[in-house]
Amino acid sequence: MSVLAPTRRLGLTGNDAVALAWKQINPDVVAAYPITPSTQVVEKFSQYVADGVVQTQFVPVESEHSALSACVGAAACGARVMTATSSQGLALMHEILYIAAGLRLPIVMAVANRALSAPINIHGDHSDAMGSRDSGWLQLYAKDVQDAYDLTILAVRVAERARLPVMVGLDGFTLSHSLEVVDVYGDDAVRAFVGPGPDDHYHFLDSPEPITIGPLALPDSYMDFRRALAEAVARSAEIIAREAAAFREHFGRSLPVFVEPVAMEAARAAVVLMGSYAGVVEEAVLRWREAGRAVGLVRPVVFRPFPAEALRAALAGVEHVVVMERADTLSTLGGPLGVELRAALYGAVRRPVVTDVIFGLGGRELREEDLEQVGRLVEEAPGGVRYLGTGDGV
Amino acid sequence: MALNLRELSKRAEGLAPGHRACAGCGFPMIIRLLLATAPEPVVVVNATGCLEVVSTIYPYSAWPVPWLHNAFENAAATASGVEAAARALQARGRLARRPKVVAIGGDGGTYDIGLQSLSGAAERGHDFLYICYNNEGYMNTGIQRSSATPQGARTTTSPAGAVLPGKVQPRKDLTEIMAAHRMPYVAQASISHWGDLAKKLRRALTTSGPTFINVLTPCQPGWDYPPDQLVEIARLAVETRYWPLYEVEDGARYRLTYIPREPLPVRAWLERQGRFKHLLADEARVAELQAWVDDNWARLTSRAAASGERVS
Ligand SMILES: Cc1ncc(C[n+]2csc(CCOP(=O)(O)OP(=O)(O)O)c2C)c(N)n1
Repeated sequence: MSVLAPTRRLGLTGNDAVALAWKQINPDVVAAYPITPSTQVVEKFSQYVADGVVQTQFVPVESEHSALSACVGAAACGARVMTATSSQGLALMHEILYIAAGLRLPIVMAVANRALSAPINIHGDHSDAMGSRDSGWLQLYAKDVQDAYDLTILAVRVAERARLPVMVGLDGFTLSHSLEVVDVYGDDAVRAFVGPGPDDHYHFLDSPEPITIGPLALPDSYMDFRRALAEAVARSAEIIAREAAAFREHFGRSLPVFVEPVAMEAARAAVVLMGSYAGVVEEAVLRWREAGRAVGLVRPVVFRPFPAEALRAALAGVEHVVVMERADTLSTLGGPLGVELRAALYGAVRRPVVTDVIFGLGGRELREEDLEQVGRLVEEAPGGVRYLGTGDGV
Repeated sequence: MALNLRELSKRAEGLAPGHRACAGCGFPMIIRLLLATAPEPVVVVNATGCLEVVSTIYPYSAWPVPWLHNAFENAAATASGVEAAARALQARGRLARRPKVVAIGGDGGTYDIGLQSLSGAAERGHDFLYICYNNEGYMNTGIQRSSATPQGARTTTSPAGAVLPGKVQPRKDLTEIMAAHRMPYVAQASISHWGDLAKKLRRALTTSGPTFINVLTPCQPGWDYPPDQLVEIARLAVETRYWPLYEVEDGARYRLTYIPREPLPVRAWLERQGRFKHLLADEARVAELQAWVDDNWARLTSRAAASGERVS
């Protein structure tokens, strides 16, 4: 183990933890525009810039569209680049998300996940990042503030080795604004782990053979680029696994890769859930277990690349799955996680019944009685799509 | 290096031969002059539009310098990122020499959809030159009106019809909007006056901080003229005072860099282009346009006079 400085325990909010990770990484360029609930990431980081404790060029742009555009410009030059956003901000970046991925630029973005308008709502759900799921960005989702910190550091190496942009999702308010105790590694340990910067294949700014980035591709070549991107996303799974192992080796902390199973031994039913509510649901699942019900929990940590194989393996012996998710596809088929999970399970030898439960949109709380309802759904295996916590009046 | 033809012609050919711009298109001249006058290495950020499309069809590129295209409306924001990266990499010893960043966009990508990002970058004071190659319309998508399109011009989204005379509104004055940002250097130029353009490019490239040049460049299919009349058409825009050549320092000091000795009526420019054909019989509309040109010239000369410049 090469931990270069002792780990400290600090009380940090999710946003503080991301900003602290950025400080320790000391990126070349940060370009960002504030939006609740990710604002404090940029506020904290600009204080680090003002205090001279990072050597980052901070570009306080006039919009999220320009934030990601500036990140693309900087990353194309071989710089290590970060940004943060939420909700409408991520939606405004949408056009450039595809360009960042298509140009294979290793940008790392913190997304403090939040609902989308209308009606306007500043609270947490996953609608924003789920709207970006086909853009070619890798997506990691934190369970707690520790995860938000760890995944931010991991994302740098994954992005640079996969040559793909990476989003790290932390649930708006439940993680972005909640204080938790976090094990923080030493600055030197973080810097040693992330290394000096992207390993440039080319030097855009001073190559003796200048290159053209982002040309026009006609039908004779465009599709080959897109296929290459799809293959890069597929290959990134290996890179994520390898880098998570390197993380464990370096910092002495294990990161769950792809999915984190809880109480899945001999489980006949499972709840599948991403993000910060995993902790609450874990408690419920453990209670159900004590009551003699063979229910476990599977938490996807990675949503892109979609962890189909890991999910199939984790759910192999299960007859019924309740997917709990904080986004909807409005396709009548349920939320994106449920839709993709059903697709992943279609080829399984034994296909469990999947019930898709949409909950927590726009920060709606998950109440005790909602958990009881989930417990009943686990038992009854009705399939289909449910909206939790809305009564029957909506 | 002196900015005369003999010296400029010694520089390597800028844009490689074999780009796909139309015969009678003006913007290759801007690029050649830019690359010939640049005293240090440049890196180019290009907005979506004709220039990008005709010069970089994969796997070919006509660019002999590092070149980056991101999207339509964000050349200035992208250039902000390039400039920030160059600073960061130089500070960290990963880049020996910081190149000058040049962003280039058409009038659509500059006057309209890209104005926000351009304004933001100018306000933040990034060290870069933004060149608007202004052909007064969205040419790449098939000649639609932009806010740079002159009043009365016919485009595919401001067609002339029974009740409408082509574009209803006069063109937006982007040069003045940029000057109002108090950038260190803002200029208006035309491909017809290459010596004037070369001086302005050199000036902008050697000024640190944000600089902006708005270059009028005719579009053959958009303006509808015989290809060999490209330069003449651009010259008429200047000689009729439709497109004054001037520069502004720090948003305050105005200088006309060319004063037509015997200014021609705007009709002399209008009647050489198909896009105004429907207008020529309508004396009132031509007079309206002439009044706009005269008013614009008067405002400009009074600003130049107030800056202590000779104005006639
Ligand atoms: C967001 C977005 N909207 C629309 C377009 C389509 N589009 C591409 S180029 C262009 C017009 C470009 O006009 P201009 O900037 O004047 O350059 P020109 O084509 O005249 O060279 C348009 C509308 C686009 N690429 N992106």
